[in-house]
Amino acid sequence: MEHLLWLIPACPLAGFLILALTGKSMPPAWVAIIGAGMVSLSAIFTIIIGIDFLTFPPASGHHSQTLWTWMEVADFHPKITLYLDALSLVFIFVITFIGALIHLYSVAFMAFDKDYSRFFACMNLFVFSMLLLVLADNLLLLYLGWEGVGLCSYLLIGFWYEHSENGYAARKAFIITRIGDTAMAIGIFVIFYQFGTLLIPDILAKAPSLWHPGASMATITALLLLAGGLGKSAQLPFQTWLPDAMAGPSPVSALIHAATMVTAGVYLIARMHVIFELSPTVQLIVAGIGAATLFIAGFSALTQYDLKRVLAYSTISQIGYMFLALGLGAWTAAIFHFMIHAFFKALLFLAAGAVIDALNHEHNMSKMGGLKNKLPVIFWTFVIGSASLIALPLISSGFYSKDQILWFAWASKNGNPLLWLIAFLGAFITALYTTRMVILTFWGATKTEVQRLPGKLITIPLIILAFFTICAGFIELPHNFGSLTLFSDFLHQVLPETVLKSTENGEFSFQLLAALATFGGIYTAYILWHLQPERIEKLKRNEAVLLLYSFWHAGWGFDQLYQTLIVRPVVFLANINKNDVVDKIYQGITLVSIGLYRCLSFTQSGSLRWYIMGLVVGAIIILGIQIIL
Amino acid sequence: MEMILLLAALLFVMGIAGVIIRKNIIFMLLSIEVMLNASGLAFVAAGSHWGQPDGQVMFVFILAMAAAEVSVGLALILQIYHQHKSLDIDNLKEMKG
Repeated sequence: MEHLLWLIPACPLAGFLILALTGKSMPPAWVAIIGAGMVSLSAIFTIIIGIDFLTFPPASGHHSQTLWTWMEVADFHPKITLYLDALSLVFIFVITFIGALIHLYSVAFMAFDKDYSRFFACMNLFVFSMLLLVLADNLLLLYLGWEGVGLCSYLLIGFWYEHSENGYAARKAFIITRIGDTAMAIGIFVIFYQFGTLLIPDILAKAPSLWHPGASMATITALLLLAGGLGKSAQLPFQTWLPDAMAGPSPVSALIHAATMVTAGVYLIARMHVIFELSPTVQLIVAGIGAATLFIAGFSALTQYDLKRVLAYSTISQIGYMFLALGLGAWTAAIFHFMIHAFFKALLFLAAGAVIDALNHEHNMSKMGGLKNKLPVIFWTFVIGSASLIALPLISSGFYSKDQILWFAWASKNGNPLLWLIAFLGAFITALYTTRMVILTFWGATKTEVQRLPGKLITIPLIILAFFTICAGFIELPHNFGSLTLFSDFLHQVLPETVLKSTENGEFSFQLLAALATFGGIYTAYILWHLQPERIEKLKRNEAVLLLYSFWHAGWGFDQLYQTLIVRPVVFLANINKNDVVDKIYQGITLVSIGLYRCLSFTQSGSLRWYIMGLVVGAIIILGIQIIL
Repeated sequence: MEMILLLAALLFVMGIAGVIIRKNIIFMLLSIEVMLNASGLAFVAAGSHWGQPDGQVMFVFILAMAAAEVSVGLALILQIYHQHKSLDIDNLKEMKG
């Protein structure tokens, strides 16, 4: 079966090529069939290969398929090789399966868009690039996919390019992630310089013998790779692009900016985990950045009124949890949370898109309300997704993934009480802003009438995702009840086990605390935004609260900070240099040439005598020089 | 030997002076012929000095070239006369760059 591996990325690539070359003249029904069909086909192949992988696990723990040699330069001959192991299987499953559902949803969602074929072409190209990223067996191919998803993200954020602010958001996303990408490219150079190869399995095998734990080269390499991951995954300090990236269509936000692309950083770190394990400092930095990001983004989500921006900040915050888990060495917990998050966040974005579409492109939550009975399917799926986001105990899958991270923040070898406290507070804030979002959108008085009801193609993907959002959590149960570890056992083929502090127990009390945080958050939000909204009004009259509110609303002023620190000086310098200092040299050369030309043209008098005199004088001078010398 | 070279130099300078001073194009052409013959004389003198035939060979070339040059030059002069109704070289200054 593994020889079919190449079909998984080939299907979306074929879809992209067909749509990009002939999509304009194709009837929309064909575009939909090719666009959604190719990704669905890819999902079917993934499931077939996945079942094969699970029933007949390969002895070496991975399948690899070499398609051809990319280039050959001396000792450097990277191959186009697809590498399937437990980690990449989880990722390709999420990418193709959720991708296929989102494509189906888009068939209805984008039906009235004039650039129908361009949308599906870009989406297919994205799925192809993302699959290449996670299936690559060498860092060069991984980097190709890495840049490919960045390009598609740019193309799709700026999909409605007639509005200049969408183009601005697209450029912002591209440029900020580019900073991280550059660092990552340098990291890849360092790795090639040190190892002489870019093959990931070789690097991971050689690293422990080449570097001792804490070696400075290991730290530098890990930091450079981390910078790449931070840019793509919108973590501190690169998080500012993601909220603006919501300018794209909702399916794009669901697929690229929630489920898959933004977790590329998580994949990269998990894939290169050996290098990170060799550098405890960087691991601590990863955990610290994750904790800080989840905290900061949580507060920002609390103040937003744009439904999609709330979800964007919540995505940043949840990826913060994944980074925290990676930093703690809880590799499988991070990947588990990635998978669960992909399900529920895709669900939330798609449901939010359906709400926005039903209200005729109304993004503002303060103008929503009372949709509970009017859009029942969307309401229930949205609530299921929200329950998972706030980690409602026992029944939601988010509980099983997030609880693991909280437990490891306390109990793992790298864990400490501070990280746990931040993650714990983050869980409370998550419950607070999610409940606020649900209440503002679905409860209360109706403020905007529903313009059109969502069709079957919109609701069916939502229901499927809701089903997975509930059930996906049950494959990994905590140690103290159930103790089912299907998922982590599967991933332990690739990723090491989490090292616990030897003496830790009492997981149950931590679960109780986490549940308390969740219910506390829900209850507080219920009081503040539903039962007694006048409390919020009273709070808003306070100067200090208002200041804090606008500070959080602006994403902790990071945009402002970068504007003053980087954008303004660069624009200032660019203004000074408007006429290009370097250009002055070349302008000087032309000026001198023109002057000389004027002088010479003056001697061109047309008088033959002058010319002859010139010849004679010249000859005399040359003869004179010869005689003298 | 020196005398012949001096004569050649004298003829050459006369030729140059003729080209520079004269206004009539035909006389300028004649002066050029004088200069050509002066250089030819120098070649012949040098050839006889070293007992080599090359000098005279060179003079034959110069003669052939002078004949060609005169024919082209006279044709040009005819055209100039047709166009300008004069042979004054200063009337041709309009051709300056």
